[in-house]
Amino acid sequence: MLDTQSPEQWVKPYGDTLGDGRVQLSFTLPVALDETSKEGAKRLAAMMGLEEPAVVHCEDMGQGFSFYVVYGQCKHQVDLASLSVVKPEFEVMEKDAINALIAEKMGRRMVVIGACIETDAHTVGIDAIMNMKGFNGHKGLESYHEIRAINLGAQVDSEDLVARAIEEKADVILVSQVVTQKNIHLDNLTKLSDLLEAEGLRDKVILVVGGPRISHELAKELGYDAGFGTKSYAEDVASFAIHEWINRKAA
Amino acid sequence: MTQLQLDPAQIDRARDSARRIARQVFDEMSQFTTTTVERATLRLLGIDGVDENAIPLPNRVVSHLQERELLPYGAATILAGAMREQALSAQQVAEAVSQGTLTLSRPRDESAARQAAETQARAMCQRIATQRAQRAELVKNLGEGRTPWLYLIVATGNIHEDVVQARAAAEQGADIIAVIRSTGQSLLDYVPYGATTEGFGGTYATQENFRLMRAALDEVGAKVKRYIRLTNYCSGLCMPEIAAMGAMERLDMMLNDSMYGIIFRDINMKRTFIDQFFSRMVNAYAGIIINTGEDNYLTTADAYEAAHTVLASQLINEQFAALSGLKPEQMGLGHAFEINPELENGFLWELAHAQLVRQVFPDASLKYMPPTKHMTGNIFKGQVQDTLFNIVSTVTQQNIHLLGMMTEAIHTPFIQDRFLAIQNAKYVFGTMKDLHAEIEFKRGGKIEQRAQAVLAQTETMLAQIETMGLPSAIGKGLFAEISRTPTGGKGLDGVIQKATDYYNPFPHLMLPTGARHA
Repeated sequence: MLDTQSPEQWVKPYGDTLGDGRVQLSFTLPVALDETSKEGAKRLAAMMGLEEPAVVHCEDMGQGFSFYVVYGQCKHQVDLASLSVVKPEFEVMEKDAINALIAEKMGRRMVVIGACIETDAHTVGIDAIMNMKGFNGHKGLESYHEIRAINLGAQVDSEDLVARAIEEKADVILVSQVVTQKNIHLDNLTKLSDLLEAEGLRDKVILVVGGPRISHELAKELGYDAGFGTKSYAEDVASFAIHEWINRKAA
Repeated sequence: MTQLQLDPAQIDRARDSARRIARQVFDEMSQFTTTTVERATLRLLGIDGVDENAIPLPNRVVSHLQERELLPYGAATILAGAMREQALSAQQVAEAVSQGTLTLSRPRDESAARQAAETQARAMCQRIATQRAQRAELVKNLGEGRTPWLYLIVATGNIHEDVVQARAAAEQGADIIAVIRSTGQSLLDYVPYGATTEGFGGTYATQENFRLMRAALDEVGAKVKRYIRLTNYCSGLCMPEIAAMGAMERLDMMLNDSMYGIIFRDINMKRTFIDQFFSRMVNAYAGIIINTGEDNYLTTADAYEAAHTVLASQLINEQFAALSGLKPEQMGLGHAFEINPELENGFLWELAHAQLVRQVFPDASLKYMPPTKHMTGNIFKGQVQDTLFNIVSTVTQQNIHLLGMMTEAIHTPFIQDRFLAIQNAKYVFGTMKDLHAEIEFKRGGKIEQRAQAVLAQTETMLAQIETMGLPSAIGKGLFAEISRTPTGGKGLDGVIQKATDYYNPFPHLMLPTGARHA
């Protein structure tokens, strides 16, 4: 077993010398600033694994709060070779190649239905992926002639989304969750996947979630086929969708 | 700062178009009322509280009137009639209706009931006028921050936690505290009741929460010797009711847009146009500054390409506001610093847009919004983006300055995010205090040409809208590239055709004589 492992690759933060472990952090303590609170901030940094912590800046914020900027040397290191990171495995293609692949393999337009579900009112993410204009120069799914993109917008009930998906014979359901306060996104996403399961639809659709706090790993845990975080564009989502469709067809 | 050279006749033409656009919508909508206008009327006549299922009594009474097909006459006279005939208070009538012990019907003596409704309404107007006078008194005694006023958001979900954060923010220098609403409240067709401690992405707007925050800000205001203004959201399906509650509890500002709900919350167009009129009338009377939401257009559309849609919408919002009796200084017309940081000379275009808006609305309390769309997890770059925004704000003399948070793209702000944002803004506003008076724009330079081009596009756009009418323009997605239809969206079922003898005492009492219509 041992000889199949790749060589170890230990790393720790870099300031100006390899291995110095220098990091910065800033935080608030819910107490007024005094010498004791400063010492407390330092001790906390030490407990976080920082050697020689230094409070380089501190200020009283009023109402019994104080702010600290701390530098220290991280004593921990991590072996990158020992990590395995879950990410969707597919090749990201250009828009034209995606259109061509859909036309070739599906022989019809792929139907993608998207929404910000439940209480979430923030359409920035779903719009960036779906709307014609897209984001940052990456055109959205509406601009793909082999994709029929239906963006239901904000605050769509999971029930309504599922009903519409059935009506439109959706191949892909794309949901966005931006608000994550008190982990409400987990409740919302679980509700949708449970509902699809209950309707017997889960295996029939490709279920994708996106949002700034979404990782592929989290998405898989929640029973989704893929998760896309920041810096994802329409071509990422579309490339995944068509590959997943082809894989399922082959299976 | 020396003004940009703009053609005053062109501004007048654009404004005249906007006036006709708003007037046409107003005339078409004046034949309708809505369930929430009637609920707001009931609240203003003294009904509050909830039944055993936590359904607000104003909702219970309005549902009762709807079932009995009495709503087209207006809730006010029916309530006043029942109060007279049964010798009950407004609250007692509502309780009796909710318990099923009283069935409402049209008053036996219509003119006496109208008179009673008006008397009751006058008492509420007196209460609101007293709050308005108290605000003026407090501002006079305590003083207020120098503009641009620093506007900060709290959004913990728990009103008691919000109070702690708001007090800290005020001590650090905030002039305005906005309590963000729980996500989804805009689509509730009722207003939750009482103090609330559970919300997502914000805190429920309730009258009790308003009262708690008002008291806290008055207290901290006395301590920091500066009147601290309180803001909430007069938007969504209950615009008029939120306005009524805010007027009673002395809120100072309300997010209150004539089109935002239609475009961004898919609330029915008719519903919104009717509700915004009534809510703005209440806000006007209460001395509340409204904040409009044009900044939102730029989160979906491109800030450079769509700059003229902001100005066009501001001109329309201004005219709707005027129809409701709002004075220019009560108009917090919104715009934003949202140009892509990668765009060459983007800062020049931001300056051009902000100065253009300043000159087109010299007396308005302009509300300037920070970058959000192009904020990233790189908080260090974010702090720079916010600094540039702060510079444009002070140089173009904006009035209401929503502080940018370097963690905008990450989470609802931590207490230190606000602290650092205030420091940043105070630094810029202090070190550049009189810069605006020391510099001038190059005649015919890039900035001036850009402002002229946006103004010209605005005039063209408003002329187009005037030709097709505002509902069609929204249908074509002219704002924010989002299309809505007159019969689509939520809340159309709450739009009620008025009977010919519909009566509501408040327009008569609240609208200034010059602005009275119906």
